[in-house]
Amino acid sequence: MSSLIRINNLQVEYPSRHGVFIALNQISLNVDAGTIHGLVGESGAGKSTVGSAIVGLLENPGHITAGEIIFDGQRIDEHSEKSLRALRGRSIGMIFQDPLTSLNPLLTVAEQLTETIIYHLKFSRKEAWERCLQLLREVDIPDPEQRAHYYPHQFSGGMRQRVVIALALCSEPKLLIADEPTTALDVSVQAQILQLIKRLTKSHNLGVILVTHDMGVIAQTTDKVTVLYQGQVVETGDTQTILKDPQHGYTQSLLSAVPRADRKLKRFPHASWIEDDVQSNFSDLLDDWKASSVKIVKGESQNILSVNKLNMHFKTAGSLFSGASKIIKAVNDVSFDVKRGEVFGIVGESGSGKSTVARMITRLYEPTSGNIAFEGESVTGTIPKVRLNHYRRCTQMIFQDPYSSMNPRMRVRDIIAEPILLYGLANKKEAFLRVNKLLEHIGLDTAAGLKFPHEFSGGQRQRISIARALATEPRLLICDEPTSALDVSIQAQILNILKDLQEVLGLTMIFISHDLPVIRQMCDRVAVMKQGHLLELTETAELFNSPKHEYTRTLLKLIPSAPVTCDSVDSHITTT
Amino acid sequence: MLKFLLQRIVQGIVVMLVVAFVAFCIFRFLGDPVNNMVGDSATEEEKEQIRQQLGLDEPVAMQYLKFVSNIAQGEFGTSYRTRTSVIEQMKERLPATLELSFISGMLSILLGIPMGIYSALHPKSWLSKQFLVGSLMGISIPTFLTGLLLIYLFSVVLGWFPSQGRGGLVELGWWTTSLLTVKGWSYIILPALTLCIYQMTLITRMVRAEMIEVMRTDYIKFAKARGLPDRIVQYRHGLKNSLVPVITIIGLQLGSVVAFSIITETVFNWPGLGQMFIQSIEFVDIPVMSAYLIFVGAFFVILNLLVDIAYAFIDPRLRVH
Repeated sequence: MSSLIRINNLQVEYPSRHGVFIALNQISLNVDAGTIHGLVGESGAGKSTVGSAIVGLLENPGHITAGEIIFDGQRIDEHSEKSLRALRGRSIGMIFQDPLTSLNPLLTVAEQLTETIIYHLKFSRKEAWERCLQLLREVDIPDPEQRAHYYPHQFSGGMRQRVVIALALCSEPKLLIADEPTTALDVSVQAQILQLIKRLTKSHNLGVILVTHDMGVIAQTTDKVTVLYQGQVVETGDTQTILKDPQHGYTQSLLSAVPRADRKLKRFPHASWIEDDVQSNFSDLLDDWKASSVKIVKGESQNILSVNKLNMHFKTAGSLFSGASKIIKAVNDVSFDVKRGEVFGIVGESGSGKSTVARMITRLYEPTSGNIAFEGESVTGTIPKVRLNHYRRCTQMIFQDPYSSMNPRMRVRDIIAEPILLYGLANKKEAFLRVNKLLEHIGLDTAAGLKFPHEFSGGQRQRISIARALATEPRLLICDEPTSALDVSIQAQILNILKDLQEVLGLTMIFISHDLPVIRQMCDRVAVMKQGHLLELTETAELFNSPKHEYTRTLLKLIPSAPVTCDSVDSHITTT
Repeated sequence: MLKFLLQRIVQGIVVMLVVAFVAFCIFRFLGDPVNNMVGDSATEEEKEQIRQQLGLDEPVAMQYLKFVSNIAQGEFGTSYRTRTSVIEQMKERLPATLELSFISGMLSILLGIPMGIYSALHPKSWLSKQFLVGSLMGISIPTFLTGLLLIYLFSVVLGWFPSQGRGGLVELGWWTTSLLTVKGWSYIILPALTLCIYQMTLITRMVRAEMIEVMRTDYIKFAKARGLPDRIVQYRHGLKNSLVPVITIIGLQLGSVVAFSIITETVFNWPGLGQMFIQSIEFVDIPVMSAYLIFVGAFFVILNLLVDIAYAFIDPRLRVH
């Protein structure tokens, strides 16, 4: 059987002032009708470029310099823009990562659908409307007659992605290119969308190229997979074969970096393919900390933080005529204790209030009611400035986005030294010495201190964030989705650093994540939150083995099935 | 939507009350209105009589209320300079200013938006670069200089258009228009061009910046990936989204076209409200000045209201609340 699309030795280059950047280097790929072909790789692997190259939407100045793309028996890489456009939409559909931005906000769903249908299929308005309803029904939009007249902002993220899929299927394409279609969605929605894509593949005999960074998605959805690394095909074959028995070092490293939901590993087996993993010795840092003014108590099971009936209500702005403003209860009667030296996890989907809790603990938000006590002393409401400063120094935060959490106009050295100087812990000279030490510990050299944040990769920046958080020698570290913006192998390194830190320094951590496998690897106890309520609070192993709450059970069920069987990773750990 | 409109109207009324208060203060406290009205030979008794006639012996709050209710009834008092009713004087000059502003506003929109679109879609073309250089000049050169240069070129050197005044008038009730005759157009074209250049360059640059931004968004990429033709992608998806922020600027700019046509009207001796305002300043004609203030305030408030309505019309996300 001849494949639906065949790519032979495709080369895509981006010429620039600094020389030619080769985005794709001799890529070959075959996709059959009725199958889902995964393209997996980390950022910079060129996986999205493949899709753009096929439909001729490479961004300037990128262009194809060698190789061929044969679609449905026709060579299309030499097609003119005009005939490519005819192909786009009609024979090849595309869906993008972010359903929130993929739709024109000013047109209704029906307008966008019928416009595309009329253009491609030359239908009359009435026929187009019928087809529009049929498509919406097919992607499981309830009540399509009414919802077709909605604007994109009236749909949830998952619903919008369904609309996007409907748009891509407008004129019965043979090939669907899905570029990270579920990355921006919650796990529960992700599972539904993947299910939908799988179903459509079979019912329409579609060929699907599924671009993703997520091994779980690959394992769950694809028939075949191609692993890309820096523009080159590393490995290709049946999904099951590759996941069970990866041949290439990069695939092995990638698979071993995926956090596992089934059991806790002491450390992530090393993932050194892209950036060096640091197995740093933090013990001399411990000596410093012992000497510091704040007493460090290790292994004492006293509560370091007690949160009691915490509430946070946001008011929507009331207007002149509707006197009563709406109240959104972001956090509702949440209570928990964090023991000294433990890693306390908070898990939940978007809108669960997990980040709001973190912001109240760090006193970025003032709680509507409730109490937070640190080492037995209340830190909410009006408290003496000395106590507040002490508390702030003892609790530090690491944010999700390493790009926006650092001032781009400050040197790394000054960024890390800022909290030290703020709390008067050292004079400027000593502070810089401390900064150098911290930089070494997180695996950067001291020269890095003189650079600016934009000169670092995402993973390196997150390390800098960690160094900044450690600068004041805190007792409680709050990590709000610290790795969800990072590639898996980088995530593994960052989590390793956090694990080492926690172990050596006896740091207490509150670890917030939407990712259950990551929670499993990091946390001792976990709180599950949904829509502002704390549903369940228990030991991590307990939660994964015998969840009490219905919602927890659903969440656990939705984790993309573990990509690897235990044996292969275990053997891999011992061999590396 | 209705609630939103009502809210905006109430806000507008509050703004107008504040403007009226400022106008009232100018009228009441900038010099003694009685002294300004009567001649030097008037006796104290006569002055006292006028004072009572005008209600100036009443408490200030009462006077303000009266002032507001007079304005609401279209009663703006009597000009010190011409001794005629201020409202009559304004009514006479209003058509000139509104027509000038309207023509220059239309010119700047009709020229500015296409230039913006073109230079956004073809950023590297020769013409786009000329547009940008030209718009830089338009922003940099002050209005009075543009006016003088246009007069020199088109009236003095080429002799195509008259340089002064307003002509070719046709009366439609109390409204006099110069838009119905060729002669009338020849009078209005130079001042309108002068007034529009600044707004036009601003609109060009806004449209260009917004459109370049919009053409980079995901939904444009997705529209292209669906194989839609350029025409639909660029206009139906691109332009409409770019216009949302541009509308605010256009609204505010049109307001300032009317409010600041003073300079252009002076340069071209255009018999509009701006010229009237300049003359009233020279004569310290306070009733006219405060009436003009209220007029400009009202104009801005109404334009803002229209902009809000247009916004809600274009952007469905604003319609929900």
